[in-house]
Amino acid sequence: MVPTNYYVILSAILFGLGVFAFIFKRNVITIFMSIELMLNAVNLAFVAFSQALGKLDGQVFVLFVIVVAAAEAAVGLGIIILIARNRQTLNVERVDLLKL
Amino acid sequence: MFPRAIDMYRVLPELMWCGFGVLVMFLQPFVRGRQFFTFLALLGSLAGTGAAFASFLHGGPGFSGLVQSDSFTFFFRLLVGSVSFLVVLAAGPYLDREKLPIAEFYALLFFATAGMGVLASAQELLTAFIGLEMSSISSYVLAGYRRDSLKSSESAMKYFLLGSFATAFFLYGIALVYGATGTTLLDKMALTDGTSTLLKLGLALILIGLGFKVAAAPFQVWTPDVYEGAPTPVTALFSAGPKAAAFALLLRIFATVPAATQYWFWAFWVLAVLTMFAGNLGALVQTNMKRLLAYSSIAHAGYILVAFAAVTSMAQGGSSEAAPAYAAVLFYLLSYALVKLGAFTIVSQLGGTGEKNLSLDDYAGLSQRQPFVAAMLSIYLLSLLGLPVTAGFFGKFYIFKAAVNSHLISLAVLMAINSVIGAYYYLRVIVVMYMREPSAEAAAAGPVPFPLGVNAVLLITFVGTILFGVYPNPVINFILRPNLLAH
Repeated sequence: MVPTNYYVILSAILFGLGVFAFIFKRNVITIFMSIELMLNAVNLAFVAFSQALGKLDGQVFVLFVIVVAAAEAAVGLGIIILIARNRQTLNVERVDLLKL
Repeated sequence: MFPRAIDMYRVLPELMWCGFGVLVMFLQPFVRGRQFFTFLALLGSLAGTGAAFASFLHGGPGFSGLVQSDSFTFFFRLLVGSVSFLVVLAAGPYLDREKLPIAEFYALLFFATAGMGVLASAQELLTAFIGLEMSSISSYVLAGYRRDSLKSSESAMKYFLLGSFATAFFLYGIALVYGATGTTLLDKMALTDGTSTLLKLGLALILIGLGFKVAAAPFQVWTPDVYEGAPTPVTALFSAGPKAAAFALLLRIFATVPAATQYWFWAFWVLAVLTMFAGNLGALVQTNMKRLLAYSSIAHAGYILVAFAAVTSMAQGGSSEAAPAYAAVLFYLLSYALVKLGAFTIVSQLGGTGEKNLSLDDYAGLSQRQPFVAAMLSIYLLSLLGLPVTAGFFGKFYIFKAAVNSHLISLAVLMAINSVIGAYYYLRVIVVMYMREPSAEAAAAGPVPFPLGVNAVLLITFVGTILFGVYPNPVINFILRPNLLAH
């Protein structure tokens, strides 16, 4: 059996990749996908801990996270479509009306 | 297993808000009248706030400890309920002026309020997460409510991306805490061994996630942009509601979990100093009123974090004298919410159709054109500054006292320095309003009309600011109750 540590480390790596992509990518869709990656890293951690602790509640949490991520995706994609229509671009560096 | 009736009582305000939100959405296709929805929204926010009394009378833990209905919850439910009531009053005329759909706005406002209520009453981390997301997801939509405006959609995008980023941190923190302690219930977590690295890491991530929500530096960069771009009544909501709810959760976490108190003292110390300076120094150079108030709200989050540092440092010494520091946070959030709502409502109304007149120059000679409005705005700004006879004075005074009592002298000094910096930009607005001549076109345009709803908001916030500024005892006595937080 694969030890729990490995799963947790994998989830940390996935989370880190998500943070990295969030900071360095310029396309809104890619940034949005990096957030989804971070949320799924969380799911992996929950399931791994749930298995290690021998409790089921961690797996229930995953269902909640999936539902919330879906709601967030619906709203987020709506906002991205709005941006794309208003400005004809998906590059966040060109969405820069609000600044000092 | 069906929840007991008493459980329902304990989440009654949230049920009310959600119910009215659904009702508004259901009626939207059938009813044309805009007044009708405003009336329904006023009724709904009052019903939810009234229900807070019912759940306070039937207090105690609900849903096997997922939520907690105690005095602390009651305070925050009243606070967010009143905030949403005032936002409805201010938003009605605004939405009419900007020719925006009205029913959806109120539905979203209700869901956001319900989320804040859940956040304030959560005794379990995943429940808190659901509350946080309920309020955040509605807020993302509200920020972009002026769909055709480039600024508003940009504000929604920034808020959405950074808000979800913060949420992911918060959630990963929950996962690690769950892994370390095997539970997400705060009171069970308090009983576990608090020394594991995993727990420390998880708590740190939770702090980062909530730091984003309360706009603590270095996680504050989104605040000015989002506040500037969002419709102004929504900005008023953001500055008062979600922030108070996130602070409520932070307060509850480390009132309950001793491990959190131990590790968060220096984190709060550093966050408080960074946030105060980031807010006040940023505000110095602003020429747009909404941005100025946004930076000022960052600075105020910094002052509140000073009280948090005081709470943690006292709890570290093992004394139970942290109660005045808790009271300082609660009173500050109350006084601050009143003032910010009033100030943003004035800014919203003076902005005119399309929110064009937001620059500081548009406020030149306001005292000649609209003496009452100028006087009101001055009172709000003086309360933000913390002058006596306003609620802001006692708010700042209690925080100062808490910091000194817990021997955080250097932090108190830094706070005083920041108040002086703050004086410069608050007084500058007052000087512009009273000492400068209005521009020719502003003088020609005549006074901006103030509709009934807006006047009502100004009256309520003004009376509240002065009342709590001269007679804060009832509130203070309530929040100094020994059983403020039931465990």
